[in-house]
Amino acid sequence: MERQLDWLSEHPNLSVAIRQARAEPDPVRQFAAARQLAGFRRDFVATERIDRLSVAAWEQLDGAQRAPCGLARKRLALLGSHSLSHLAPGIRVAGLTRGLTIGIHVGLYNSYRQELLAGDRALAEFEPDFCLLALDEMALGLSFPIDMAAAEIETEIDRSVADIRQLWRRMRERYSGQPIQQTLVAGATPPIFGNYDGLVPGTTVAAVDLLNARLRLAARNDKVLLVDLAWEAARRGFIPDLVNPKRWHQAKQLIDPTFAPVCGDLIARVVAAASGLSRKCLVLDLDNTLWGGVVGDDGVAGIRLGHGSAEGEAYAAFQRYAAQLAQRGVILAVCSKNDPEVAQHTFTSHPEMVLKRDDIAVFVANWDDKAGNLRKIARTLDVGLDSLVFVDDNPAEREIVRSELPEVAVPELPDDVAFYPRCLANAGYFETACFTADDVVRGRSYAARGRRLAEIENSTDLDGYLRGLQMEMKAEAVGPTNISRVTQLVNKTNQFNLTTRRFSEVQLEHFVATRGNLALAFRLRDRLDDAGLISVILASPSGADTMRIVSWLMSCRVLGRCVEAAALQALVRAASDMGASALIGDYVPTPRNGIVALHYQTLGFSLIPSRDGDADGMTSWWFDIGAPLPRHHVELDYCFVVPPRQAHIETLKETA
Amino acid sequence: MNRAATVHEMLTEIFREVFDDESITLEPNTTAEDIEGWDSQAMITLIVAVEARFGISFRTAEIEQLDSVGSFVDLIASKWKVEA
Repeated sequence: MERQLDWLSEHPNLSVAIRQARAEPDPVRQFAAARQLAGFRRDFVATERIDRLSVAAWEQLDGAQRAPCGLARKRLALLGSHSLSHLAPGIRVAGLTRGLTIGIHVGLYNSYRQELLAGDRALAEFEPDFCLLALDEMALGLSFPIDMAAAEIETEIDRSVADIRQLWRRMRERYSGQPIQQTLVAGATPPIFGNYDGLVPGTTVAAVDLLNARLRLAARNDKVLLVDLAWEAARRGFIPDLVNPKRWHQAKQLIDPTFAPVCGDLIARVVAAASGLSRKCLVLDLDNTLWGGVVGDDGVAGIRLGHGSAEGEAYAAFQRYAAQLAQRGVILAVCSKNDPEVAQHTFTSHPEMVLKRDDIAVFVANWDDKAGNLRKIARTLDVGLDSLVFVDDNPAEREIVRSELPEVAVPELPDDVAFYPRCLANAGYFETACFTADDVVRGRSYAARGRRLAEIENSTDLDGYLRGLQMEMKAEAVGPTNISRVTQLVNKTNQFNLTTRRFSEVQLEHFVATRGNLALAFRLRDRLDDAGLISVILASPSGADTMRIVSWLMSCRVLGRCVEAAALQALVRAASDMGASALIGDYVPTPRNGIVALHYQTLGFSLIPSRDGDADGMTSWWFDIGAPLPRHHVELDYCFVVPPRQAHIETLKETA
Repeated sequence: MNRAATVHEMLTEIFREVFDDESITLEPNTTAEDIEGWDSQAMITLIVAVEARFGISFRTAEIEQLDSVGSFVDLIASKWKVEA
């Protein structure tokens, strides 16, 4: 069996470090220490100790001390048919490594149906952002007469799934929580035939398998997220130790406490992904990471890559894995101590290179220190350091980056490159809560951005450059065709985001359907590439003829191109068509959205003098519709159709 | 150091970690009533931690008999294969 948190590095003496952190009198430093310790490989006892420490320290912090930590607060309810409370510390501690403080409510043992169907005050008062439903074959009654016909079993399974979907609906409607469904592990029920179990529909093993398949399908249709414990346990070889019959009989724990750290991480990473906190960019070293050997010494012909040796094939396999990640939207970058010419030449001239130069959005090869280069990569891509994952075979480089840039994730790679892809997969850095066609083009789009930046550097006339890009922007209503991507953008955009309000897809549907609300989405293309859907504006009526901008956010891929000025033009037209004569915009500062502090001022809004005591630093801005609009070089394709609000009211007046 | 004393020392370390209390000292007749926080949940944590650290496995029936530090030490000593 693999070690559980195998991507985290080992602490030389974790127990002593925890004791020292406990002795720290200042809660700010104590919390920082606990957060740092959360990033090391830890067993369940150490995880529980770090949890106690961090929870106690966090509770002593006031708002002004919490804000600089840059952690998002999310509330997660654990509901299910077996004991779950022992998983809470593992979830909370993993949350700290993924940008979250997670508040947890554990439902009563095996009371999930009453809590969800009849209603539960404690759960309602908790106001969960997410509800995890963890079930088992005993609670679902998946033990059928062994000779029961396949069709009847399917009917039973379908009934169970329909039941669970009803619970998901309740999570959303009654508690406004995003459902997360855990798949079933049949670990507590061993096969009764052996190999033949899968051929008999009535066995519990076969029934669990079928139920999981149907659950995944239902979750896909209902936009429910999965904690796919069944796959993870099988893939990582956790069964049978994961489900320990002793713990089941003793405490009705389906998951053995020794697995709480890794199962907690599995859950926390789904919450993080749904909160827009997954990593975005994979930064790769070159020598002995993407190929065997040192290309500067060995020459392009001398490196070990591809066919001809097992080691060379292992490097090619790792490149293939990186390429697959890029295809699903992870940005790739290179950060290597190398001669830039030699490094680039390897990409263009070695016949066995799986990754091509165009797959790499930012290519940094020089002799500077890697921490500085990683900063440069983040800046070039306009992503935070906490969006980067840095992969380097050299333990010394890893250690330096960890200590200089704690925000960057640096997996503790195994000695053998053959296990690199698995290590990255185990770490779950790039977990997602949504996948759309836009993800596929994103990697390409970042690569085009790299070329664009090169052009800007060579261009002395920014206006001329922007005109030359031939940007076309389409403004459209948020609706069924784009709502998944809109939800994704709303929940993952941190920098160009004026209010950082998050909405689940269901909440967005409700916003769009509410009369008088305005929901605009923007797509952008230029002569270099199609960036896809890159910006969202939500607004609601505020008073008789004013629209208040609830959310305005934009992908950082298109920063610095005056795209927001074109978006304002569309917004003004839509708001005006809806009868508004002015706009109000709010800026709510966070540790990450400083780049838009002057957004409204730049666009020509004027500051509304605020009442004293806006402790969170929020500012509000006013714009009269009809006032001059800022210049831009974007051709606007306005496809927004106004819901007939004013017209409706006027019709009513006429008939009255 | 004899075997029972080694077990006692390792067990003390586990108790101190599980309850985050460096001042804990264990006597054979120490029970759940003597240590703050030693409830049924903590009992499972203790059992699992002992099993993991000593590399041993308690039988389900044996777990039900554990009620004092002395019973812990005796049971561990009877199963632990490493010579002290």
